[in-house]
Amino acid sequence: MNLPVQFLWLIPALPLLAAAVSALIPRHSPRLAADLAIAAMVGAFLLSCFALAGALAQPALHQVYNFSWFDLGPGSLRLGLLLDPLTGFMCVMVSFVSLLIFIFSTGYMKEDANAKQFFCYLSLFAAAMLGLLVANSLLLLFVCWELVGLASYLLIGFWFHKPAAAAAAKKAFITTRIGDLGFLIGLLWLQDAQGTLLFFDHGAGFLEPAALASLTQLLPCGLAASTAIGLLIFCGAVGKSGQFPLHVWLPDAMEGPTPVSALIHAATMVAAGVFLIARVYPLMSADQALTGLPLHALTVVAYIGAITALLGAMIAVAQNDIKRILAFSTVSQLGYMMLALGVGSWVAAIFHLLTHAFFKALLFLGAGSVIHAAHHEQDIRQLGGLSKKMRVTFITFTIGTMALVGVPLFFSGFWSKEAILHAAHGWQVSHLPFYAAVLGVVLTAFYNTRLMAETFFGKPRSHQAEDAHENGPAMTLPLVALAFFAIVLGFLGTPAFPWLQSKLVGEAEVHGESLFAGAGLMGLSIVLVALGIGFGWAWYGRHTRASAEATDPLASAAPRTFAALANRLGFDELYAATVGRLHQGVASFAAFLETYVWDGAIVFLARFSEYTGVVSRENDEQGLNAGFDVTSRKLRATGDAYSKAQSGETHGYLRTLAYGFVLLLILVILGGAL
Amino acid sequence: MNNWPLLSLLVFTPWVGALIVFVLRRQLPTSLRHTLPLLFSLSTLVLGALTLARFDPSVTAMQLTEKHRWIAALNVHYHLGLDGLSLILVLLTGIISPLVLFGTPRNIRCPAIHGSLFLLLQGSALGVFLALDFFPWFVFWELSLVPAFFLIKFWGGPGAPRAAYQFVIYTIGGSAFLLLGFAALYAATGTFDFIELAALARSGVLATKLAAVGGFWPQAVFLGVLLGFAVKVPLFPFHAWLPPAYAEAPTGTSMFLTGVMSKMGVYGFLRILWPLFPAPLHAAAGPLLWLALGGVVLGAYAAMRQTDLKRMVAYSSVNHLSYCLLALFAVASSGPANPAATTAALSGTLLQLFNHGLSAAALFFCVGIMENRSGGKRGLADFGGVRTSAPIFAGFCGVALFSSLGLPGLNGFVGEFLIFRGVFGLTPSFAAIATLGLLVTALFLLTFWQRVFHGPAAGAGIKFRDLDTREVITLLPLLMLMFALGLVPQLLTGLFNPLVTAWATTLP
Repeated sequence: MNLPVQFLWLIPALPLLAAAVSALIPRHSPRLAADLAIAAMVGAFLLSCFALAGALAQPALHQVYNFSWFDLGPGSLRLGLLLDPLTGFMCVMVSFVSLLIFIFSTGYMKEDANAKQFFCYLSLFAAAMLGLLVANSLLLLFVCWELVGLASYLLIGFWFHKPAAAAAAKKAFITTRIGDLGFLIGLLWLQDAQGTLLFFDHGAGFLEPAALASLTQLLPCGLAASTAIGLLIFCGAVGKSGQFPLHVWLPDAMEGPTPVSALIHAATMVAAGVFLIARVYPLMSADQALTGLPLHALTVVAYIGAITALLGAMIAVAQNDIKRILAFSTVSQLGYMMLALGVGSWVAAIFHLLTHAFFKALLFLGAGSVIHAAHHEQDIRQLGGLSKKMRVTFITFTIGTMALVGVPLFFSGFWSKEAILHAAHGWQVSHLPFYAAVLGVVLTAFYNTRLMAETFFGKPRSHQAEDAHENGPAMTLPLVALAFFAIVLGFLGTPAFPWLQSKLVGEAEVHGESLFAGAGLMGLSIVLVALGIGFGWAWYGRHTRASAEATDPLASAAPRTFAALANRLGFDELYAATVGRLHQGVASFAAFLETYVWDGAIVFLARFSEYTGVVSRENDEQGLNAGFDVTSRKLRATGDAYSKAQSGETHGYLRTLAYGFVLLLILVILGGAL
Repeated sequence: MNNWPLLSLLVFTPWVGALIVFVLRRQLPTSLRHTLPLLFSLSTLVLGALTLARFDPSVTAMQLTEKHRWIAALNVHYHLGLDGLSLILVLLTGIISPLVLFGTPRNIRCPAIHGSLFLLLQGSALGVFLALDFFPWFVFWELSLVPAFFLIKFWGGPGAPRAAYQFVIYTIGGSAFLLLGFAALYAATGTFDFIELAALARSGVLATKLAAVGGFWPQAVFLGVLLGFAVKVPLFPFHAWLPPAYAEAPTGTSMFLTGVMSKMGVYGFLRILWPLFPAPLHAAAGPLLWLALGGVVLGAYAAMRQTDLKRMVAYSSVNHLSYCLLALFAVASSGPANPAATTAALSGTLLQLFNHGLSAAALFFCVGIMENRSGGKRGLADFGGVRTSAPIFAGFCGVALFSSLGLPGLNGFVGEFLIFRGVFGLTPSFAAIATLGLLVTALFLLTFWQRVFHGPAAGAGIKFRDLDTREVITLLPLLMLMFALGLVPQLLTGLFNPLVTAWATTLP
């Protein structure tokens, strides 16, 4: 069964309906809200599967359905729906992971008084995210993009009575909006240059050859138009996907409930930036054929990705909060995806996006399971010894870790990461990103070993950890399901049978090479992973932490480095001291102008009218009746009180206003003369 | 019924109501002192709906016109008419005004006098949107100040007398220049009729006749008219009267001032200044663009620094209306080079007028609720954790905030997107800098939301009473329109798209 493209809107509409209904039902019915959300998600998942089946039947085809939103000028502003394998795979992934996380949430949020609202926001998020995936218009995508930002804002700040959560929510919204301004400008530019924001429109869309050819013209600054537009759009992806230098919001976003971190800040929304760049890949790569450009759009993407991959992994080494470690790991993995996009292998990026969604959701839900069992203790120094108390969580978490680290052959993360390393190695421009990625592999293995050792091995180091026991099936079953996919998903894209990659690029046949094509590189990465795990085990596993207060072995070996990394390399402080202070400065300047300059105009007019008042007072007193006198006396008293408050500065105000008026007059006269 | 003078009925029903309520104020039973003004106020919505039914969007000329000789010696006519621009503003007035009266607390002082003053204000605003001859138009324009002055002064906060004084003096100061400008125009052309004057301007006769006066007069006339509207909108930096007036006015008057009266200035720019002075406006557009940009960016930054919530919302109005002027000046500066961008900019302006009316009125009402509950407090730091005890209020106010910061899916986005799309096509660097305004708006509105609604309950936020039925009914229509217009902008664009398309192709 296939889902025709004109009915694709049903996929986001189902969770949207669930969100609308659960917004209106009474507060004390969280069960109903949860059931609605889950039912809508089952529906969306099934529809996504049908859509994917339809897309895979003709993988090379971009099926579109465009429609008019509103009249604008002689024509209208059009939006559209798009179905191709990329959309299909993403929809299936998002709806399936969402479904599992919704189920997990019924257990995790059972005791929360606002659980109804939680499911309402989750459904809203799912609707916006799925809408983003099916859009055939950059404008519609942008609309959904902002709406997932809203859902993320609402969910990070879900425990709004916590000041830290409220602050983190605002930080996330504002930081991503900084990136979105770039995105918006790119979008405006594209609309102005092309007259359309549709991706595909039977030859007239901006991702189709005719438009791309016209976008490769050079700008006065030497860049191609497509480079500039592509980089502006990339700004949005940098914000949303937590790339350097806008990565600072993502770790703070962990203030939200853990299922939110799993769904939004690990599996789906943060990957939207990667999806966006993959979607507009023809635009991003339009300048590749041009030689002699100072800059190619994808080169920037590759470097930003490599920096982020390395930076995230480094900072993760020195964090102690289980969710923050995973958050920085997400930052790092998103960097790998961007790197893949930048070096030209968008299919490798999407492959890693899909596998990462499953194993990172698994890790976050595993962390949620630990946190829930340990009475909201998140500090790994306080945990320990959970491997025996929580068998299912431990085993599934281990599987997730092995997938993330890239333990060879049997785990999905290995194959997708291998594809990225392979692509980075083959990049013609520079080998630096490749080296950064390789170093990141060692660090990833290291910090995950540390995380495992501190959380699950040794002895419990607090009452909360002593007390922990395995959670109910609503929470463990999603873990098992995700663990299953964290293993098998890799086999969709091995070098021997790159089914996923072939379908994404629209090939009907799958052409595999040997399973061990590029075995040299594979061998290298196996050695690196072993190295990372070995170091990690030597430092943290062999002698587990004695007490919660004991110094971290790495901190005693390199205290300064450790402190700097633990402080996230001071990015927050740097931004507060520069961008933050600049904003405050401009705001103070604006407030100064308000108080001391623009008010001068009012004072001038007040003085002027008072003067005329004095002149005509004689007439008033003779000609007008007593009632009016009372009013005018009141008026005069007001004016007097007012002028007393301002006395002494009138001349300054007067001058300012006079200058302003003369200046304006001159400008207009000059303008008229020109 | 088809022969009824619909537009005259629109304008004068509120005035007749004001008279009746005022005369009968002592005889009326207490309940009617509230409901009678409300009923008269609702007339605009009903008559507006009738007008909508008879309106043909595809006709770009004035419709339902009424023209009668008034003062023969001065060639003054009583001339009313409407096109898509007037229509959406009439509808906006019809939506906001009854909600203002309905949302006014029952314990207000002298409800009948308040009601009749408000009806007077409502009728004057409608007159401004419908009159096509300068003479009656100016009467409506000035008459709107009188009830506004008394509403602010007698029903406002502690600083109200001074704010009302400033408001009236400043805007009358602006109007004086406007009047002088039109006196000169009349001297040169012998007519007050906007349509005739626009035709003269299009054929170039107006410019020739003004030039014949010689000296700096052509520029001074333009500048006078410009100043009159610049104060009213307000154009940065002629906005100094606005924050105190909006902040000190009673809640309902603030809603009307920002929802409807602030549109009078932009209407003046579109209906009068632009068609009558296309060449001078084109010449002056460069500096004016900078001023509009100043309103967008510095207005938002000034809002960021306010600790009084009402002043914050007032500055956000400066920011939002400056987008309209930015679009208009971008169009005026660029000429017919890029019709697609011009159409987008003008459509965005009209949408923004309507959308800002909805969201700013809703925000002022929300701040009014907070003032009401806390005995007059409206500081950023006076509240905390309101969402804990008043989730419905938090939800409603949240929708209004996100509408105001231009979240897609709500009404504010479409207008701002079209404005940016147009301005980018005409003057790209101005559009790029103006995006800063979007960022800062998000920053201060989210700060508002965070400080008042989030965190632990504190200050006046402790045991905050949630919305009552009257407040829900006042806000609900506004919220529903925010969603409806965000999802289906066609509801509005369908009314004015042919008009705007005609503007863009036959630029004055």
